[in-house]
Amino acid sequence: MLRYIGRRLLIAIPTLFLVITAAFFMMRAAPGSPFDSDRKLLPEIEANVLAKYGMNKPLGEQYVDYLAGVARGDLGPSLKYRDKSVLDILKENYPVSLRLGLSAIAIASVVGVSLGVMAALRQNGTTDHVVMAVAILGVCIPTFVTAPLLVLGLASKLGWLPTAGWNDGALINMVLPVTVLALPQIAIISRLTRAGMIEVLRSNYIRTARAKGLPERLIVRKHALRAAILPLVSYLGPACAGLITGSLVVEKIFNLPGLGKFFVISALQRDYTVVMGMVIVYAALILLLNLVADLLYAALDPRVRLA
Amino acid sequence: MTLLASDGSERLQRAAVKGRSLWDDAGRRLLANKAAVASMVVLAVLVLLAMVGPYLAPFAYDQVDKADVWLAPLQAGHLLGSDALGRDLLARLLTGLRVSLAIGVVATFVSLVIGVAWGATAGYLGGKVDEAMMRIVDVLYSLPFIFFVILLMVTFGSNIVLIFVAIGAVEWLTMSRIVRGQTLTLKNKEFVEAARAAGLTRAGIIARHIVPNLLGPVVVYVTLTIPAVILAESFLSFLGLGVQPPMASLGNLIASGASDMELAPWLLIFPSVVMVLTLMCFNFVGDGLRDAIDPRDR
Repeated sequence: MLRYIGRRLLIAIPTLFLVITAAFFMMRAAPGSPFDSDRKLLPEIEANVLAKYGMNKPLGEQYVDYLAGVARGDLGPSLKYRDKSVLDILKENYPVSLRLGLSAIAIASVVGVSLGVMAALRQNGTTDHVVMAVAILGVCIPTFVTAPLLVLGLASKLGWLPTAGWNDGALINMVLPVTVLALPQIAIISRLTRAGMIEVLRSNYIRTARAKGLPERLIVRKHALRAAILPLVSYLGPACAGLITGSLVVEKIFNLPGLGKFFVISALQRDYTVVMGMVIVYAALILLLNLVADLLYAALDPRVRLA
Repeated sequence: MTLLASDGSERLQRAAVKGRSLWDDAGRRLLANKAAVASMVVLAVLVLLAMVGPYLAPFAYDQVDKADVWLAPLQAGHLLGSDALGRDLLARLLTGLRVSLAIGVVATFVSLVIGVAWGATAGYLGGKVDEAMMRIVDVLYSLPFIFFVILLMVTFGSNIVLIFVAIGAVEWLTMSRIVRGQTLTLKNKEFVEAARAAGLTRAGIIARHIVPNLLGPVVVYVTLTIPAVILAESFLSFLGLGVQPPMASLGNLIASGASDMELAPWLLIFPSVVMVLTLMCFNFVGDGLRDAIDPRDR
């Protein structure tokens, strides 16, 4: 087990390295520089600024310097936000995105699995049809439609909730953004759970459990659910990635101080180091989540052996 | 005589029970699926509207009218109202639908070509080549999609052709995985063996025997990719990186509608309804096709 984790982490390093390389050279291939502004800098000043950030060296050398920095855990200074290192920006803003994302995925898992199980137990009944109709709607209504509509209804017209803002993560400010993020995930998770559950409930070992007289509640909770949520586990990795991109929109609409807004702005302003820092964090996160998903999968399914 | 007669009747019988191909069966199952059929009808209407609608609309999509700004629906000949510049929402919506559908189809086609070629090659060649090719796919998967597209946009400037290519270039990953998986099972089948024995080249086998047999899962995935692409474009438009005004797309109509929703909710509601309807129909058709082609899952 530990050896497996170790090996997976080792494999992740070259992947991360490739991601960094691809992103570094793509970013640098873009025309423009972080020091372009309306006022043209004097050539001497520009040369000084470039020298300060080591950007007067050949690109290959800069790349090596950057990699060395990353290996030391130093992501460099931001080129646009004076006096802030990339790590500062990450530390300040990442918790907001993380809190939003984790709350959304937690709520979506609980609600989605419950709805899916309910639908599966009453397959082709009214509950089932209602849940599935809601699920299809949830997949098809994008966050940037639900968000403004909910703001219009619940915040502007009824005034129950604040329209925007973070307010240091007050619960009432989190309700709308988290709901908007969770809705499409609830839809997908309930569909996956329902499909898995229906298949499992038909299997032989469930029939055995029924035959030996176990109460239905116990069969569902102890025997069926465990197998039924397997597809869900492998879905959760990409789902978290989806939440990350989804939060770009949500953070923009609700004006939240998360990482999302830095992503677009920094790319447009050619703030190379900030963009690179974010790519590294996101890529590492995705690799890590995939590993966690595989471990969970093995824990839930005794037939899977990690080697 | 008797021999001849029996021969004839036998031929008649054979004609009566003419075999049904897999595709006939799939077609029959698809037509029995009410949601899928209704969705196909709605989609046909939407496509028709997108194609001829902009010519029939009484206003041009970019026709500015300073006198008629913020009109509610049904005022002064504006069936769905007008926006902050007095442009007719109906005309913009029809144009936006056309642009979004076009992006959906073209970008999906791009992803189809790359994904099928990549996946079929990797799967058929196997071994080290397969491993290297799928490793590349894994790496691209761990790049956040939005980052990738934003970089392409800022590198080359935002134009509509680039949006096709950028989204298509991102969406081919899943396609290549599906195709590779199918190819792995196909390449050991007898008919591929036979083709190899007959001396066909590798490229010939991939193009003539592997790819045509991949069609089922690929068709299903294509119908599910089109709405994903439309969604991705709207997402970009929402961040200001997609189709640029005055050109319209469903995404940038919703984006501008969202910022004006307090004043003119119809600017948000109508584009949203069209968008959701379009996505929903594609999903129903995709689900229907999957059930029809591969009925095991139900």
